[in-house]
Amino acid sequence: MSAPHHDAIPLLRRGFRLQWEPAQQAHVLLYPEGMVKLNDSAAQILTLVNGERSVADIVATLHQRFPEVPDLEADVLDFLEAAHGNHWLTER
Amino acid sequence: MATTGSPNAEIRPGPPLWLLAELTYRCPLQCPYCSNPVDFADQGQELDTGQWLDVFAQARAMGAAQLGLSGGEPLTRPDLIELVSGARELGYYSNLITSGMGLNRDKVRALADAGLDHIQISFQDAEAAGNQLMAGSRKAFQHKLEMARAVKAHDFPMVLNIVIHRHNIDRIGDIIQLCLDLEADYVELATCQYYGWAHLNRQGLMPSRAQLQQAEHVVADYRRRLEDAANPCQLIFVVPDYYEERPKPCMNGWGSMFLTITPDGTALPCHSARQLPIDFPNVRDHTIETIWHHSPGFNHFRGDAWMPEPCRSCDEKHEDFGGCRCQAYMLTGDAANADPVCAKSPHHHTIVAAREQAGTPLDQVPPLTYRNERNARLIYRG
Repeated sequence: MSAPHHDAIPLLRRGFRLQWEPAQQAHVLLYPEGMVKLNDSAAQILTLVNGERSVADIVATLHQRFPEVPDLEADVLDFLEAAHGNHWLTER
Repeated sequence: MATTGSPNAEIRPGPPLWLLAELTYRCPLQCPYCSNPVDFADQGQELDTGQWLDVFAQARAMGAAQLGLSGGEPLTRPDLIELVSGARELGYYSNLITSGMGLNRDKVRALADAGLDHIQISFQDAEAAGNQLMAGSRKAFQHKLEMARAVKAHDFPMVLNIVIHRHNIDRIGDIIQLCLDLEADYVELATCQYYGWAHLNRQGLMPSRAQLQQAEHVVADYRRRLEDAANPCQLIFVVPDYYEERPKPCMNGWGSMFLTITPDGTALPCHSARQLPIDFPNVRDHTIETIWHHSPGFNHFRGDAWMPEPCRSCDEKHEDFGGCRCQAYMLTGDAANADPVCAKSPHHHTIVAAREQAGTPLDQVPPLTYRNERNARLIYRG
C-alpha cells in the first residue's frame, strides 16, 4: 500500500460510521460487528474525511488548526495509508 | 449456588459496549449447532416492543454502541422495523443477524429506510443439499442466495456467516467462492463452538485435525488471492478451541463489555450463560445499571478472586481469564474451574478424548439431533 496522492478524495467505506461516544470520551469508528476507539489525532483526521475534501485539503485544514505541529503532513499521510490498508477508507 | 456476598462486587467494570438482543427463540430452521438453550421451548414470554426499546435506551445511556439483533430468527418479530428505527434514533450501530428466512425485497428496503446498518446472513453450505442437511429446509438455499443479492442491491455492508463442521469443512473453498461471488464484505467461517445444541451433537459435528489443517491451507490461499486482487473482503476463520492448548479469553472477560438480553428479558454476560447454576437478573425487575454493576450474577466471575488452581497462580490469568465459564461447567461440572481447553487443566483429557473421537467414521456416530420444539421438549421432559 503506497501513500495516498494529494488530489485523492478519501471517504469512509460503506457501512463505516464515525461518531463521538460520551461514555468512552472518544470518537469511535463503527462497522459490521466492530468498533475501534480512536485517539485524538486519528479522530481529527477522520472527522475531515467526507468524500469531498482531498488529501491536500485535509492536510491544509489541519495545518491551520495545529500550526505548531512538526511533520504534520507526514503523519496524516501515514495515517491515511494505514486506514486504507485496514479497509476503513476508499477513494471516490 | 450462593448468589450473594460475591467477593468481586467492588470491581467496577467499564460500560456494556455491546448489546446482544435475542429478540425471540422462534426460528423456521432447525440447525443442530444452534447456540440457543436446549430447553428453549420452555422459556418465558417475549419482551414486547416497549420493553425492548426501553432496554435499548438504558444500555445506550450507559455507553452501548453496537447492537446485535438476533434470535432465533429476529425476522419473526412483527415489530422489527420499529425496533430498528428506535435503535437508529438512539445512535446505535445496528446489526441484523438473520438466516435470511422471512426476508423479502420489500423488507430489505424497509430495514434500510429504518436505518439498519448491516445485515449478516447465515449459509449452511455452498450447495442446496448440504444446506438442507443442516437447516432442515428444502427451499432455504435458493432463498438465501436471492436475499444476499437483495442486501447488496440496497448498499448494505454484508457479512456472510457459515458455521463450519465435519460435514461441510471439506467444501470450504466452494463456500468461500460462493461468498465472493455474492460480493460479501466479510466472510465468517465459524467452526462450531460446542454450546447449546452443538454440544449435544458434538461428535457428529467436530472436524478432525486433518480436516482442519486442510481447511486452513485453503483459507490462507484465498487470503493471498484477495490481497493480490486488492479485494477488501476479509475472511475470518474461527478455529475450534478444542484444538488449542490455551483457552480463549471468553467475552473478553465476564461482564466486561458484553451484555446479552434473552427473549424473556433475562440479562446474561454471554449468550450461553443461561445454562449455568447462577441466578441471572431480568430487565422486568431491575434497571440495566443495577444489573450491570450490582447484580450477583454479573459480579460472579469478575476479577480473579474466584479462580481456583491452576488459574489462581497462573501468569496468563489476565490474558485469558481462565477461558470459558460455560465450557468449564459443561465439561467439569464446576463453572469456576479452568476451561479444560487449557493444557494446565486437570480435565484437559476430556478435550483430548473429544479430538480423538472426531475421526470416528460417520456411520458409527449417533445421528444429529435437530433444533426444534419437539426435540426441545423430548430432551428436557423425557
